[in-house]
Amino acid sequence: MHAAVVVFPGSNCDLDAYYVLKDLLGIETTLLWYRERDLSEYDLILLPGGFAYGDYLRAGAIARFAPVVQALPEYIEKQRGLVLGICNGFQVLTEAGLLPGALAPNINRRFICKSVKLRVENAYTPFTQLCREGELLELPIAHGEGRYIASEETIERLKRNRQILFRYYEENPNGSLESIAGIMDETGTVFGMMPHPERNCERLLGLGEGLKIFQALAQALTPGPSPVITHGRGVAQAG
Amino acid sequence: MTKLALAQRHGLSAREFQTICELLGREPNELELGLFSLNWSEHCSYKSSKRFLKLLPTTGKRVLQGPGENAGVLELENNWCVVFKVESHNHPSAVEPFNGAATGVGGIIRDILSMGARPIALLDSLRFGDLSPFPFPKGKGSSPPSLGEGLGERSQRLLEGVVAGIAHYGNCIGIPTVGGDICFEEAYTDNCLVNTMCVGLLKKSELKRAVAQGVGNRILLVGARTGRDGIHGATFASEDLLGETEEKRPNVQVGDPFTGKLLIEATLEACQLSELIGLQDLGAGGLSTAPPEMAARGEVGMAIDIEEIPLRAEKMTPYEILLSESQERMVLCVKDGSEQKFLKIYRKWGLEADVIGEVIRERVYRIRHEGRTIAEVPVRALVEGVPEPRAEAPGSEDLSPLKGAEGACLSTLLPAQPVTSVTGWREALKKLLHSPTIGSKRWVYEQYDHTVQTNTVIGPGAHDAALLRVKGERFALAVTMGGNGRYCFLDPYEGGIRAVCEAVHNLLSVGAEPIGITDCLNFANPTDPEVLWSLDQTVRGMAQAAQAFELPFVSGNVSLYNQSERRKIYPTPIVGMIGLLTDIVHRVPMGFQREGDLLYLIGKLSGKSGGSEYLKVFYNVIGGELEPTDLELERRLLRVMLLLGGANGRSPLLRSAHDISEGGLLVALAEKGFARGLGAKLELDDLSEEEGLFGEWPSRFIVTIPPENKSAFQEILNSLDVPYRFLGTVSGRQLELNGQEISVEELRNAYESALNL
Amino acid sequence: MKEFTVRVLIEPKPELLDPQGQAVERAIKDLGLAHISQTRVGKLVKFKLKAVSLPQARERVSEIAHKLLANPVIERYSVEVEEL
Repeated sequence: MHAAVVVFPGSNCDLDAYYVLKDLLGIETTLLWYRERDLSEYDLILLPGGFAYGDYLRAGAIARFAPVVQALPEYIEKQRGLVLGICNGFQVLTEAGLLPGALAPNINRRFICKSVKLRVENAYTPFTQLCREGELLELPIAHGEGRYIASEETIERLKRNRQILFRYYEENPNGSLESIAGIMDETGTVFGMMPHPERNCERLLGLGEGLKIFQALAQALTPGPSPVITHGRGVAQAG
Repeated sequence: MTKLALAQRHGLSAREFQTICELLGREPNELELGLFSLNWSEHCSYKSSKRFLKLLPTTGKRVLQGPGENAGVLELENNWCVVFKVESHNHPSAVEPFNGAATGVGGIIRDILSMGARPIALLDSLRFGDLSPFPFPKGKGSSPPSLGEGLGERSQRLLEGVVAGIAHYGNCIGIPTVGGDICFEEAYTDNCLVNTMCVGLLKKSELKRAVAQGVGNRILLVGARTGRDGIHGATFASEDLLGETEEKRPNVQVGDPFTGKLLIEATLEACQLSELIGLQDLGAGGLSTAPPEMAARGEVGMAIDIEEIPLRAEKMTPYEILLSESQERMVLCVKDGSEQKFLKIYRKWGLEADVIGEVIRERVYRIRHEGRTIAEVPVRALVEGVPEPRAEAPGSEDLSPLKGAEGACLSTLLPAQPVTSVTGWREALKKLLHSPTIGSKRWVYEQYDHTVQTNTVIGPGAHDAALLRVKGERFALAVTMGGNGRYCFLDPYEGGIRAVCEAVHNLLSVGAEPIGITDCLNFANPTDPEVLWSLDQTVRGMAQAAQAFELPFVSGNVSLYNQSERRKIYPTPIVGMIGLLTDIVHRVPMGFQREGDLLYLIGKLSGKSGGSEYLKVFYNVIGGELEPTDLELERRLLRVMLLLGGANGRSPLLRSAHDISEGGLLVALAEKGFARGLGAKLELDDLSEEEGLFGEWPSRFIVTIPPENKSAFQEILNSLDVPYRFLGTVSGRQLELNGQEISVEELRNAYESALNL
Repeated sequence: MKEFTVRVLIEPKPELLDPQGQAVERAIKDLGLAHISQTRVGKLVKFKLKAVSLPQARERVSEIAHKLLANPVIERYSVEVEEL
């Protein structure tokens, strides 16, 4: 498996994601400059957190035009691999129309950095296959624009297709509709979440629960005896 | 206008103008006056403070770089080095809190970057005027007396703006803000303080200096374009904040963290090239101060071609270009012939980068415009030529009445009625925990990204110091920053000692050994003899304490003129300190961990309560006599805490540790309960309710140990002759004392609602 | 009482750095949409206001803009008031 962590001007969680993939999981990982257009090498494209282009105008509004993001639709259509957007990466994916909905400024209009509880809503995806449905994870959030909003229709569709993967549990820190913290697209290959799994992958930094998501991706993308999980609606085979 | 009058408009004194004429052998032209005014400003030259700074110890076995560079450097382990410095951005923040604080963060980050280090943490010490009080949750308890509404609102506006500015810059640039402190005192109403500390990490071989060397080598300007930002900002920072109209003030500098982030990545890439000779941030004074400083360190001269500097605004004059304080710019000195390599890196990151000059043999700073020299000044004259102001600090015998509110110790105050009626320790404790200076700063630190870079093992609000791991290493770094101005106001010498001791205690609480200091001295107008005296006394106290612990000051900053027509700030030394924890596994938590653990107080068991938050909250008194710190005891306390904390490679004997500071014993006990919601049965019947439970005398820790460690614990304390006493046992969910109890939850509510904007 | 529609346009002072404007300008150029310059990003505040006369309305609006909507240290504003 070969993973790419995209580096936009202004990305600041790129090295954190790289560390988890490369150093903790031993996955071959490349830091991919935003001007690259050729994604054919990579089984996983990770859009990291940060402030691509300073988040000026709107978070992700300028980054969506970066060559690397422009190359994503073809990558997804060909089912070449999986795409994961964390925090700012999620914002870029929604701005680019690769995930439905939008991320608006937090309801309290301030940046929020804290640990939150998430409930796993769908455990039958390449991203969550190592979690149990209903399991609670504790992960840090750190964002100013994380309030998930979408039309009623979209929300209905997300629910119907089981595209909602994580909800904030007990406390909804940013005012997201339906407490949505992470979703995937209809093909089950593009995934976005506001919390930072890469910030809780070791016992030193918490309970290390974030690692499950990266391990799940590695399992889904590594050819071998462990079959790619394909049950659950709308989840295509990847890798 | 005569040249002298022009010089005076530049903030130069007649004596200074005279010196300039002597140094040049002629009268300076206007551009040269501009250069001198910035280089010789208090902010850049430390002319009023440098004789005091000489008192501070600066050497030690770990010191790789002491004061005089962009930041200090200490050697850690396995060739790792830590780079750190604190800097103030007080004046700009008082005018425009958001941008003032944001650019302050940006500036200190680039000081660390200039040493070749990746910045890994930020801390902030903030001081504001008193806030209008926030109510208790659910209407519990009576609300304290209301302050003048307008002042409270102003302080709140400044607080909100400063916090938003720090968050804006720090979050975007991807450096975690892991600690610091915030206090509220009437004295800071007009002049808030914004001190920012940045910590960076690098390998010893990667260390860079802010030096220009090698005749013919190239000078590059990289980063943002130059605009009309903050012209005369440094001279502005060297004057009292009077009621000037906004037009008279320099243009506010606007920070751009996005460009700042690109500058970090590009510069760390550039630092990999062997042709890099030296680099420096353009801070206060911009191109008028940084290049001559680099030339002075390399004992060379420098020539700059003004037309090569990329501009943001139209029709800027050479004067404006040289004096501009536009942010996110750096100067590099690179080997002749290698410049294209550097330009390529910066342009890849979308930044400006141009060759603007070269190193010359003649030790002058020469400004050329289209080939013609328009200003030329000897480098040494600019960097070291400023004459010291003649004002002498008066002896302390002349100024003894200034030693705070004389005689206002608690015993003489007690007959007076408290301003707030207190019914027992429970109400008093709740009220103290609810005071903004003591209460939870969650509202602030949750706006700062403190988990990015994934190294924050102990973050803000969780302990006395923050703890950062270093990926792939066993050792960890503890960092702390703070300082109590009220103590220095009451007794600057003792206050100076305590500022250093407090930072030492914070590091010891997590189990780390203190290894070095950075500081920022925030004072009022130094032409005032009282202020000069307090500066002298404070620095002497700090030096005394640092010597006792054998700790070097490796970097620092001075901010003077923090006063208005109405108020002077308290003398406020802010101490930033680094601690080394040899094995991260041996870190000691702050809070109670397990029921049945034994609670001990170690250090000084009794003392005076002067300067305490208790006196302020309940008696409306800023006063009292400070208990003098016994530095011999402090040295033993340090050794004891290191032994108990497992500094010798063994597992710590302690289950938790917390130093006692603002609020006194009971506040510290309550804070220990918050981590896991655990309470304690206390055996303190012999302590007086006010002085004993809430007094703020120095040299104290509260620790818990598992019962089986009792004899080993006592043996260490006895062998080093450090006093201790049993306080009680960790148990239940309440604090229990003298037959009364209060739930930790109720205390937590008071604590958490202290600052809830 | 008459009713007026009000538009207050707030922008960064001309001499100040506008990082947002700068980033937007760079993006527009990078996309090859147009070669633009001097980009400034501000905000528009619209509301309705009752007042006895146009001069009084303008005065009220100026006060609102100066006191609250704009920060005179870093921003300037312009006001459009129209009678409904």
